[in-house]
Amino acid sequence: MQTIDLEAEGLRHLNATLHAQAENTNQTAWEVLNPRGSHAIACGLDAPIEVTVKGSTGYYCAGMNKQATVNVHGSAGPGVAENMMSGTVVIEGDASQYAGATGHGGTLVIKGNASSRCGISMKGIDIVVHGNVGHMSAFMAQSGNLVVCGDAGDALGDSIYEARLFVRGSVKSLGADCIEKDMRPEHLEILRDLLEKGGCDAKPEEFKRYGSARQLYNFNIDNAY
Amino acid sequence: MKDIKNDGPPRTTPIQSATFSQSINAEIRRAAATGIYDIRGGGAKRKVPHFDDLLFLGASISRYPLEGYREKCETSVTLGTRFASNPIKLDIPVTIAGMSFGALSGPAKEALGRGATLAGTSTTTGDGGMTPEERGHSNKLVYQYLPSRYGMNPDDLRKADAIEVVVGQGAKPGGGGMLLGQKISDRVAEMRNLPKGIDQRSACRHPDWTGPDDLEIKILELREITSWKVPIYIKVGGARPYFDTTLAVKAGADVVVLDGMQGGTAATQDVFIEHVGQPILACIREAVRALQDLGMHREVQLVVSGGVRTGADVAKCMALGADAVAIGTAALIALGDNDPRWEDEYQKLGTTAGAYDDWHEGQDPAGITTQDPELMARFDPIEGGRRLNNYLKVMTLEAQTIARACGKNHLHNLEPEDLCALTMEAAAMAKIPLAGTDWYPGKPETSY
Repeated sequence: MQTIDLEAEGLRHLNATLHAQAENTNQTAWEVLNPRGSHAIACGLDAPIEVTVKGSTGYYCAGMNKQATVNVHGSAGPGVAENMMSGTVVIEGDASQYAGATGHGGTLVIKGNASSRCGISMKGIDIVVHGNVGHMSAFMAQSGNLVVCGDAGDALGDSIYEARLFVRGSVKSLGADCIEKDMRPEHLEILRDLLEKGGCDAKPEEFKRYGSARQLYNFNIDNAY
Repeated sequence: MKDIKNDGPPRTTPIQSATFSQSINAEIRRAAATGIYDIRGGGAKRKVPHFDDLLFLGASISRYPLEGYREKCETSVTLGTRFASNPIKLDIPVTIAGMSFGALSGPAKEALGRGATLAGTSTTTGDGGMTPEERGHSNKLVYQYLPSRYGMNPDDLRKADAIEVVVGQGAKPGGGGMLLGQKISDRVAEMRNLPKGIDQRSACRHPDWTGPDDLEIKILELREITSWKVPIYIKVGGARPYFDTTLAVKAGADVVVLDGMQGGTAATQDVFIEHVGQPILACIREAVRALQDLGMHREVQLVVSGGVRTGADVAKCMALGADAVAIGTAALIALGDNDPRWEDEYQKLGTTAGAYDDWHEGQDPAGITTQDPELMARFDPIEGGRRLNNYLKVMTLEAQTIARACGKNHLHNLEPEDLCALTMEAAAMAKIPLAGTDWYPGKPETSY
């Protein structure tokens, strides 16, 4: 286990050290102490390493992550795992706004609640939230899966494209062009796999599926506000 | 023969309304018939105060000129000197503005890269990400970081020579965009993670930050991912140039890119293009004032765009305080957009060469703003690159000609005192004295 004290060593040293890890590094386990809500912790990683942050993080923790596994033993500020490409990010606490925004791949697990705009413009990422998500989650979501074990706030999936949304609890309201859809056997399989990856003991049958009505896919003036 | 018109009392000559002009009335009829607003490409077509309303004074007894063809007049510029360890060094201060693969064909993007590289300048990606052809043919490539994040990934981010965070553009400050389904080929769809054939909306604001305090943190993240190597530009439309420039500097920009309302877009509502934003002439001095107030003029570089067409325009931008300019529409025209050789086909599309602006429909006869394989095949990227290089060379030579006439051995040595204004409006906007006077509207009172 390699340990970096962020307070003592500074952000540039932390990220430069983690960026320097090669594909075949044998230094795979890293621990970050004293994050104290700092921004851009462990962003831009691109190696199969495991980074554990001992505390809460600020904005954009694990932004644009590739390959790495990042565990935050605390809560995460806005934009955690934004534009993630691959790998896994796990937040033990809550996540602020825009969690997993524009993510292309990988898995983001939030064991607490996520705030508004969770999964905004997601492009292939899988997001599993053990608690609730705030308003405008999955806004303009293009592809990937958002699993919400709790409740969803207002305007879920507004202007959604092809992403799949699974919610176990209530949905305060659906956004434009987002509808409830049939949960077919293949969706139950996908969801079972996601719940297992996310460490949730919920049953797929308890969820409802939401997605695009595909009525906004081609420009029509009657759809304009 | 009897002239019946002369029978009876004299009649009033029919008078067309200036308010309800023929073109306004035609647009009312079109709107009434279709129920949809006009969407088009390009920038503002209305006449606004512009660089044509400024003149250089030239040398005289109190200023001596440099020999036109022999004495050196430097044109190089370095962008991103504030924080980046690898600032961009360009031979000429004319760059190619961001235009997307999707809005433009792959060969057209390649031609922009080829021409820019030959001329020793940079080109810029757009919504839709970076293509290998564009990266391969561009010696200096600026990677746009846009609200849609289509195609955004850390590998391309690290391949870029600079990153341009796009907050807005001159054609539509505060607006997003839409790439209509007919231009979404398999490749465009794949790059944007969306199904083929559906309209692709480009958001008007970023998904994971709001406001200048967040932007500062976003820039920190981009710098950390790219190890503080490449410059970070912030591009804004010509809305509130003093405050936007101030906030961009505060957020940590290395370079501010300022785009006036004449700057083109791939597609948006005509009402947006013509009625939102300011002419670039009104923006430059305000942005320069902001930089000067912060003590950052020349430390944070200013790139201006929106209607730059000639070397005279370049020289005027330099004199007003810009470090470089960017061209988009002019570059497309150099490649062959709106060329009269395609007039028959423009006519079939209900338009004419010079006025064609339905770039979003993907039917461009010149094969530039299209993804149609047959139309694309009309365009030769090597010849396009040669033409763009020629054009950039001419602009540079023209700007040097003017600078030497003003006694300047570098384009950046041009200054407001080298200019006069032809109109009150231009004088007020550019803070340049009206020709024949030492006064411009709004000039602070001076006491002797």
